[in-house]
Amino acid sequence: MSKRIDVKDLNVYYGNFRAVEGVSINIEARSVTAFIGPSGCGKSTFLRTLNRMHEVIPGAHVEGHVLLDGDDLYGPGVDPVAVRTHVGMVFQRPNPFPTMSIRDNVLAGVKLNGKKLSRSDTDGVVESSLRGANLWNEVKDRLDKPGSGLSGGQQQRLCIARAIAVKPDVILMDEPCSALDPISTLAVEDLINELKEQYTVVIVTHNMQQAARVSDKTAFFNIAGTGKPGKLIEYADTTAIFNNPKEKATEDYVSGRFG
Amino acid sequence: MTAIATPRRRTSLTRNRLPRIAPWASLVVGLVVGAAVSTLVGFNVFGWGVFAAIAFTIVYVAWSAAVEGGRKARDKFATCLVIGSFIIVVLPLFSVIWTVLEGGIKGLLTPGFLGTSMNGVSGIQDNQSVNTGSRVVGGIYHALIGTLLITLWSTIISVPVGLLTSIYLVEYSRGGRLGQAITLFVDVMTGIPSIVAGLFAAALFATIFGPGTQTGFVAAVALTVLMIPVVVRSSEEMLRIVPNELREAAYALGVRKWRTILKVVVPTAISGIASGVTLAIARVIGETAPILLTAGFATKINLNVFSNWMASLPTYIYFQILNPTSPSNPDPSLQRAWGAALVLIIFVMILNLIARLVARIFAPKTGR
Repeated sequence: MSKRIDVKDLNVYYGNFRAVEGVSINIEARSVTAFIGPSGCGKSTFLRTLNRMHEVIPGAHVEGHVLLDGDDLYGPGVDPVAVRTHVGMVFQRPNPFPTMSIRDNVLAGVKLNGKKLSRSDTDGVVESSLRGANLWNEVKDRLDKPGSGLSGGQQQRLCIARAIAVKPDVILMDEPCSALDPISTLAVEDLINELKEQYTVVIVTHNMQQAARVSDKTAFFNIAGTGKPGKLIEYADTTAIFNNPKEKATEDYVSGRFG
Repeated sequence: MTAIATPRRRTSLTRNRLPRIAPWASLVVGLVVGAAVSTLVGFNVFGWGVFAAIAFTIVYVAWSAAVEGGRKARDKFATCLVIGSFIIVVLPLFSVIWTVLEGGIKGLLTPGFLGTSMNGVSGIQDNQSVNTGSRVVGGIYHALIGTLLITLWSTIISVPVGLLTSIYLVEYSRGGRLGQAITLFVDVMTGIPSIVAGLFAAALFATIFGPGTQTGFVAAVALTVLMIPVVVRSSEEMLRIVPNELREAAYALGVRKWRTILKVVVPTAISGIASGVTLAIARVIGETAPILLTAGFATKINLNVFSNWMASLPTYIYFQILNPTSPSNPDPSLQRAWGAALVLIIFVMILNLIARLVARIFAPKTGR
């Protein structure tokens, strides 16, 4: 189920602009890794290269290698669609499909790919995914209601359920709690702790307390200035990053003396 | 709990206000002044209305300026302009509806008007009905069928073409050269005079099937030329406002692009697309010139769009007015023409209502 990610010398470009430069990082299976850093430092961009979602933006391309348990995501003949079935993603704003019920939202990854499942199988997938996302008890009586009728925090957990329904190896989360209130944030953070028993979780966050709470390892990204590429400054155990950082920039950032 | 009493007194926060009857008082003054001025130049209702509106605006705004100050006065002036423009736009609409209702209701209520064609109806019958006072025979059944069939066929052709074009523009072209060219040509197509569209279809079928090919299908092709740009434009707008997040969410689940478009993007936009299509139909259903050129004119019922001439409501109206069935007694023909016009307007209104209904039915639901 869970796979490790090894990135070697990755550069990400938007057209001619180099957004991220020379990132090498090893992410363990069954762990939570947090990316922190100032806005515009390329952490979201880098996250999106881990399932080739950056290719949705015209002109975006990469140099380097991203290995998923040794398989290069950017090797010749690799289908980005296949990559994304192995590496799922949860976005900043909850985005359930407005035309679908809660059940169909969970099944979206399965149904939209045209797979046919029996009724009992789909019920099983729906229940296990919603239980996995800590949402089952709240929505089990209204699975046929539209997903957009849920609260923001419930919608975000619905999106997580939707992501784990396709049984990925890795789940990427791009600031999953920045649009949520503290209670919903807590629910999602608890969920992340449970998810790491089965999945490799990579999370981008602006909230350093959150990174400290949920992650095993933390990567700090930074940019030298506007128009310069983002770089990975330091990557270590979360306790080391927050208590005993090696780099001056990291220390300044985590202690709030940045800029 | 004690309510906080706020006695009316002047503070730095209060301003003078017009009394509540001010608009009505100004209106009365305006009507009186308007009547007086219009009598000076020769009284008629239209002139009275115009002068009354001007007088009302002057009185109301001047009063407000004197009591309330410049800002409120400018606000009232803008309000008068907005409401005035609204009346200018709406009056002709009501006038048209009223005129057609008045002229058409008699024809529409004649028994057999909707259910019979003009087959075998000639000047003899019309003269007879005028002379003896019996009911006007003949109806619009054939034209109704023709309009429905021609519009149906042009919808069948133009909706897939238009929808697929807009999908290409929004989802695939990414602002490329071809996409820009298509947008330009669609804009140009929007401005094509309908007679040119008719000439195009007539010429196209004349080239392929020989000159004089006039059938309902040729008319449908002519209407297609007019309909496609409207469909492209409206569905393009609708597809563009589908949030990118939904596409990304689908991609992140490993869904292929075409399935994302088919199962996520189009269903999300379907209510707008459907109402856009309905409005496009309403736009072409009353076209006259291209149908005259391409479908000819029939007095018989023709259910086959691929052979022989076909009548339609607009051409029916045109010929009933221009060439009355009985040249010496045109009244029955006029009655039929007004009736057909009323039916056409009812059609367009129903289509607009359907568009709203469709938009509501397909709209994403947010129920809790």
